[in-house]
Amino acid sequence: MSYLIKGAALPSGRRADIRIAGGALAEVGGPLTAGPGEAVVDAEGLVALPGLVDIHTHLREPGREDAETVLSGSRAAAAGGYTCVHAMANTNPVADTAGVVEQVWRLGRAAGYVDVRPVGAVSVGLQGLHLAELAAMARSAAQVRVFSDDGQCVWDPVLMRRALEYVKGFGAVVAQHAQEPRLTEGAQMHEGVVSSQVGLAGWPAVAEESIIARDVLLAEHVGSRLHVCHVSTAGSVEIIRWAKARRIDVTAEVTPHHLLLTDERARTYNPVFKVNPPLRSSDDAEAVRAALADGTLDVVGTDHAPHPREAKDCEWAAAAFGMTGLETALPIVHQLMVETGRMTWQDVAAAMSARPALIGRVADQGRPLAAGEPANLTLFDPSARWTVEPERLQTASGNTPVAGWELRGRTVATFWAGRATVLEGEVV
Amino acid sequence: MAATEVLDGPDIGRAVQRIAHEILEQNHGPEGLVVLGVPTRGVPLATRLAAAIKRVEPGWDQALGRLDVTMYRDDLSRAPTRAVGRTELPAGGIGGIDGATVVLVDDVLYSGRTIRAALDALADLGRPKTVRLAVLVDRGHRELPIRADYVGKNLPTAAAERVRVLLEETDGRDGVLIEGAER
Amino acid sequence: MKHLLSAADLGHDQAVAVLDVAEEMAATQAREIKKLPTLRGKTVVNLFFEDSTRTRISFETAAKRLSADVINFSPKGSSVSKGESLKDTVLTLGAMHTDGIVVRHPASGAPYQIAHSTWTDASVINAGDGTHQHPTQSLLDAMTIRRRLKGGQAGQDLSGLAVMIVGDVLHSRVARSGVDLFTALGAKVTLVAPATLLPVGVEAWPAEVFHDLDRALAEAPPDALMMLRVQRERMSSAGGGFFPSPQEYAREYGLDAPRLAALAPHALVMHPGPMNRGLEITSEAADGARSVIVEQVANGVAVRMAVLYLTLTGAKEPGA
Repeated sequence: MSYLIKGAALPSGRRADIRIAGGALAEVGGPLTAGPGEAVVDAEGLVALPGLVDIHTHLREPGREDAETVLSGSRAAAAGGYTCVHAMANTNPVADTAGVVEQVWRLGRAAGYVDVRPVGAVSVGLQGLHLAELAAMARSAAQVRVFSDDGQCVWDPVLMRRALEYVKGFGAVVAQHAQEPRLTEGAQMHEGVVSSQVGLAGWPAVAEESIIARDVLLAEHVGSRLHVCHVSTAGSVEIIRWAKARRIDVTAEVTPHHLLLTDERARTYNPVFKVNPPLRSSDDAEAVRAALADGTLDVVGTDHAPHPREAKDCEWAAAAFGMTGLETALPIVHQLMVETGRMTWQDVAAAMSARPALIGRVADQGRPLAAGEPANLTLFDPSARWTVEPERLQTASGNTPVAGWELRGRTVATFWAGRATVLEGEVV
Repeated sequence: MAATEVLDGPDIGRAVQRIAHEILEQNHGPEGLVVLGVPTRGVPLATRLAAAIKRVEPGWDQALGRLDVTMYRDDLSRAPTRAVGRTELPAGGIGGIDGATVVLVDDVLYSGRTIRAALDALADLGRPKTVRLAVLVDRGHRELPIRADYVGKNLPTAAAERVRVLLEETDGRDGVLIEGAER
Repeated sequence: MKHLLSAADLGHDQAVAVLDVAEEMAATQAREIKKLPTLRGKTVVNLFFEDSTRTRISFETAAKRLSADVINFSPKGSSVSKGESLKDTVLTLGAMHTDGIVVRHPASGAPYQIAHSTWTDASVINAGDGTHQHPTQSLLDAMTIRRRLKGGQAGQDLSGLAVMIVGDVLHSRVARSGVDLFTALGAKVTLVAPATLLPVGVEAWPAEVFHDLDRALAEAPPDALMMLRVQRERMSSAGGGFFPSPQEYAREYGLDAPRLAALAPHALVMHPGPMNRGLEITSEAADGARSVIVEQVANGVAVRMAVLYLTLTGAKEPGA
């Protein structure tokens, strides 16, 4: 099937027609005329972005198919404008062998909505004791290039050092969930004024910052590549800024929810706002917004973390950490960063497509919208208004933190490898 | 809203005076009399009534108190939450009403439910020999088999009308008004 | 008042009003017939997910004095251990047409969640949640202070008084609700504890903080001195290592004879109980003339009667 997209605004702001044929962008420019049998997509007023790439997604399969499956998560990703997601390793069984990562990769291919790139565990069973067989995962059909114990911190400094060294052999990266475990035992929310008042055990910023500080120094020492997941504090931003100034090879991500929300939400005791790392202070939220705008934080990663209803329909302390994000990330970035003039669409394309693809070494994703490039793109309507209704989202779980919010901007169409996965706002 | 004044200050004074005499007459003197006001406006009325009795019978010990009936009401789930008032019994305190002739004093007798609550409250405080009821206004529309022994003025009213008793102590002036647009 | 979830929800006037009602309730408790018909036909469930015989008995007494039917339910020993959720427990109570649920729960916020859920439309009274709030405890403390130091007349608040709270503020719901309520009532609140037992963020509380008890007693002499219970297990490494030893804690923060002697003649000694005699308070202080600890317990029943009365009567608000 070939498509002709008429009148889209490229990230540069230039208006163009885009012809998709044979899985590639056949022509970008125009005006172009539709050929026989070519479907025309009216993109007047829409922004064309390279297909989004999520560096941090939990698809839950295998093991927690009650929360999400590779299929439902893939559809959610497509609906949010994504053409590639990195599926985190904390499944059951853990993705710590070539067998499991290949299973996830094949499930992604079978689902057929996005490029599902499995993340391999750093340590066996996420236990933080022994390195998993990283090379086997890297050389498997899944070609794993991102390793992470996400959900757990690689706390042992020796294990972290070994992992950073070992992945150099196949150009991969270690993505760290920075959380000092002793400082966060029983932690429920950001430690600060709000936690002192609502009586929930605090998760201090220093527990994140101390691990990031250690890790950037380790990465420098062994000359390896480090990625920091879900940066949430102003102090973490400062450390990463310092590390980059020292030319340490570190990249960092921020989630839409840490850009948008603060620890004030915990006053409602609604466990949908329980997430790890926790929602921080308004100063922290402003710091990560500024750092995303100035490039200190390289990418937006959703940390899409679906949970079944019963995991959130309980006491805060008993609830699971995490919130969904694939279908709301781009509108949130649009509202917070683009409408406010802090980022251009080119910046968004870099932070949500090109750079995450580069971090994950995904060759055919995150490419510019130019003739000859793979046909991975999404069309976003910045003028659309929609109310988030959890039951109408594609994800199998309802734990979106923006339920009931009216968001500005919506994905109208997504094309992955030349195939339309979303058309007229509906997953196809 | 149209308001008609049916009793003025001197009327109220005369009514209290008359009730005092009636009480003394029926009781054959002040022996064992205890006057209890039912908040809100029953309390100043009881004070006036006790003073009037005392003027006639200076030897009376002026046994005066207040009986809050809030916690005995049967409409606590229907009306907005009420503030709880204080119950104060005259000297002798708890048990001080045992064997006494208690005169309950209220401003308006209407459904009878307040007095029903007052009788229950009284029963929890002791065992009077007799309980009598004095009201400034009886406006009819009883919902319970209760009647007043002493009435300042019988006022036939429509249910839609509102009777407002104003007293110097609580409202800055004395008067009884009937309010209701249809009158 | 539909629920009582946090002392922070009570403004000055509402707090005074609760204390006024509590005084009237206390007056009825001096009578031969203590039972009032006020809540006849209402059902109150004491839902205690955490052991507290004292608080439970106090609520039970209060409800029974108001003629409510009382059901005690301690899921710890029954369904929760079998994995029943908070939600299912509350749904079950809702199906039984419960009017009021008195909740004690180890998780902060559980009463708030129940009150704001669709699981029940009953009134919810927080009888202590995690390290969050214990509003009826603070109300009975305020009632005790007001009565002892101001006379207990209707309309009075705690303005002009200084309340000092000493001990494990970090883990104390009594301290949190106390700071909220006493300051709302116009009192000045001082907190005294080692920094390990104060929460990060305490600097934003409306209270002055000291780490040195003797200095605090000298510089901010209290009219009421409230000693908090300190759990011995908090000193162990597994318990968080908050202080080195009970001996050191008692020396630094215990209320002993010299500190007792340093108090103003009128000053009250208070403790929410149960006490660790010899740790945060000596027997001399606990049993001395200034101690109002037993009075606190008595006032607890009156305060809980007032709270039950105020939450369970009144026409249902539209949509509530």
